Amino acid sequence: MKHIISALVLNKPGVLAHVAGMFAARAFNIDSLAVGRTEDPKLSRMTIVVVGDDRVVEQVRKQLAKIVSIVKVQDFAGHDMVARDLMLLSVAATPEKRPEILALIEMFGAKVVDIGSKYVMVEVCGPESKIEAFIDACRPYGVKDMVRTGTVAMSRQKSRTQTV
Amino acid sequence: MGKKSSSGAPGAGTIRKPGSQIIVDILVEQGVEVMFGYLGGVVLPLFDKLYDSPIKFIIPRHEQGGCHMADAYARATGKVGVIVATSGPGATNLVTGLATAMMDSIPLVAITGQVRTTLIGNDAFQEADTTGITRPVTKHNVIVKDVADLADTIREAFYIASTGRPGPVLIDIPVDVQVTETDWKGPKEINMPGYKVRTRGHARQISTAATAINNSKRPVVYAGGGIISAGASDELRTFAEKANLPVTTTLLGLGCYDQTKDESLDMLGMHGSAYANYAVQECDLLIAIGSRFEDRVTGKLATFAQKAKIIHVDIDPASISKNVYVDIPVVGDAKEILNELIGAVEHKERKEWFDMLAKWKKKHPFTYNRRAKTIKPQYVIEELCRQTNGDAIIATGVGQHQMWSAQFYKYKHPRQFISSGGLGTMGFGLPAAIGAQLAMPDATVIDIDGDSSFNMTLTEMSTAVMYELPIKVCLLNNGYMGMVRQWQELFYGKRYSQSSLKNPNFAAVAKALGAVGEVCDKKADVPAALERMLAETRPCLIDFHVDPEENVWPMVAAGKGLHEMDGLDIFESMS
Repeated sequence: MKHIISALVLNKPGVLAHVAGMFAARAFNIDSLAVGRTEDPKLSRMTIVVVGDDRVVEQVRKQLAKIVSIVKVQDFAGHDMVARDLMLLSVAATPEKRPEILALIEMFGAKVVDIGSKYVMVEVCGPESKIEAFIDACRPYGVKDMVRTGTVAMSRQKSRTQTV
Repeated sequence: MGKKSSSGAPGAGTIRKPGSQIIVDILVEQGVEVMFGYLGGVVLPLFDKLYDSPIKFIIPRHEQGGCHMADAYARATGKVGVIVATSGPGATNLVTGLATAMMDSIPLVAITGQVRTTLIGNDAFQEADTTGITRPVTKHNVIVKDVADLADTIREAFYIASTGRPGPVLIDIPVDVQVTETDWKGPKEINMPGYKVRTRGHARQISTAATAINNSKRPVVYAGGGIISAGASDELRTFAEKANLPVTTTLLGLGCYDQTKDESLDMLGMHGSAYANYAVQECDLLIAIGSRFEDRVTGKLATFAQKAKIIHVDIDPASISKNVYVDIPVVGDAKEILNELIGAVEHKERKEWFDMLAKWKKKHPFTYNRRAKTIKPQYVIEELCRQTNGDAIIATGVGQHQMWSAQFYKYKHPRQFISSGGLGTMGFGLPAAIGAQLAMPDATVIDIDGDSSFNMTLTEMSTAVMYELPIKVCLLNNGYMGMVRQWQELFYGKRYSQSSLKNPNFAAVAKALGAVGEVCDKKADVPAALERMLAETRPCLIDFHVDPEENVWPMVAAGKGLHEMDGLDIFESMS
């Protein structure tokens, strides 16, 4: 099962190596890892998607919390939260196929960010399931290249309950 | 950042100091009296300041030896051990020592020199990515690139090393940081957002645990090294006495509970006592305190303590339910939690259970063939225990001799048994004895060693000679890597592939290094040889030529349950 774990870490050299090393040393599997700054310049946030049963994920959470440069660890399982992936994808698009592809892009609420003579580069943002569905939809035309950020996530405020 | 403390520099003026002086001043401030280390190019500024410091400095013959000495110093005292090494090979030579300390939760601060900041990453002479290499074998490590951060970083290192679940912390300090001056900053309250230690146990968990103990008919305490690092031996004794509980310990827990008491079940696990292993398998409540359910303790997990509810008291939340599912976890300091449990538990007689334990204890004692004509290694240890009244500090290497030292010497006090448990570091014994002797100058410190373990670090004998330390090496020489040979005998059809050694004349080596050396190859000579060894005021080695194919029994083979011990029949035929 996939778990999204969010870790607030000190913005210091070596923290990423420490986290990556711990995962490797304890044979935990990382599905994706996204790192970026927070509103506090001293802190960064790592969002880690981990595959494993509850016991494994519990160990991941505890072992992360043990790392001195990690301030806070949260497992989003069972939380009301928003999770998003960002993807850039180049799909083969001959002039005759272009309208079809553009309709598809529109349907997914995706955005064209570059057009070449033989391809279209698309920016898609959304929950992982939507990203996966978009890739599937593009496959028949030929996916030339793609890059994904990995999941980032944030807890919802308690008052709002509806997920978009 | 950069905030000056009021308690630090005296007077109104700011005091400027180079990094090297700051290191030494903070070591003194932290109460360091003895430290260990080896010189090299990029730590020369530090050594120049150490020249004028009150700290006693011990130079080993190899950084690994120095690291084990600092480790054993910490194990013997409970203080933080300190080791210094230069960059590159100096730092890489620490890795085994750091990993040893990490696995056994020993507080160490390692200071390594690094090439100047401008050269880092350029493959400079004696450059190594020390923080990269040591990250998995330290509790925390850090490179200090700005001298302004140095003081706080070293103070934090001592704090991290010695609190929570203790462990080694490494600080890598480039040579230019050592020579750059900065404002001296006095100590201030340590506040690390990512490092919070919870010592107080959850009240509801403690009361749940106490209820389970009071209701238990067949309880067993399974105590580990955490009791010793928490300084909780007295509390453990009071707790076990008040609630009337039998106690077994792990290898690293030896000494945390007086083994001469009737309630002691001695060590459990792969080479533990039959009575401890049966007790764990038959108990209805297993009370684990400061122990971590290591595979050498549990045997096959699927059959481990199946009839028992499990309480686990540990300072490290990550230890809870890592290997074995725990019914009642209590995270916190063993001493504090035991104190609370003492108030909540009731005395229960449990006669049936204690009768059962006494029966097992009588039926399956640790034993060996006492009628043998050869020198049995167990005999040497038993005699050593008798002659020292069970009060000596025992260091060991790793292997058969280590297990016999655990089985046949009866420990009464915490910090009396000093051994590499988790990592199983051969060669630990001699430097460990040196470190322990420096910590306890008046104690009798004995390295019970095997020939193969001793071979790995015997060069440190000259360190013992240089500092006139009266350590004793009780060498159980069987001419094999004994434990490896035992496994080859049992599991590889006696094919002794590469496990026999052509040893040097150890007594002559000891003499050449300036120590006393003697050979003992007759059973009748053992008591007198040990008497001479114990009376010797110089470093001394006795090379006991023991039965080469003696095995450690009982044994829970890999993949077997704790109750499925081999060797019990051999036991019975001998006793």
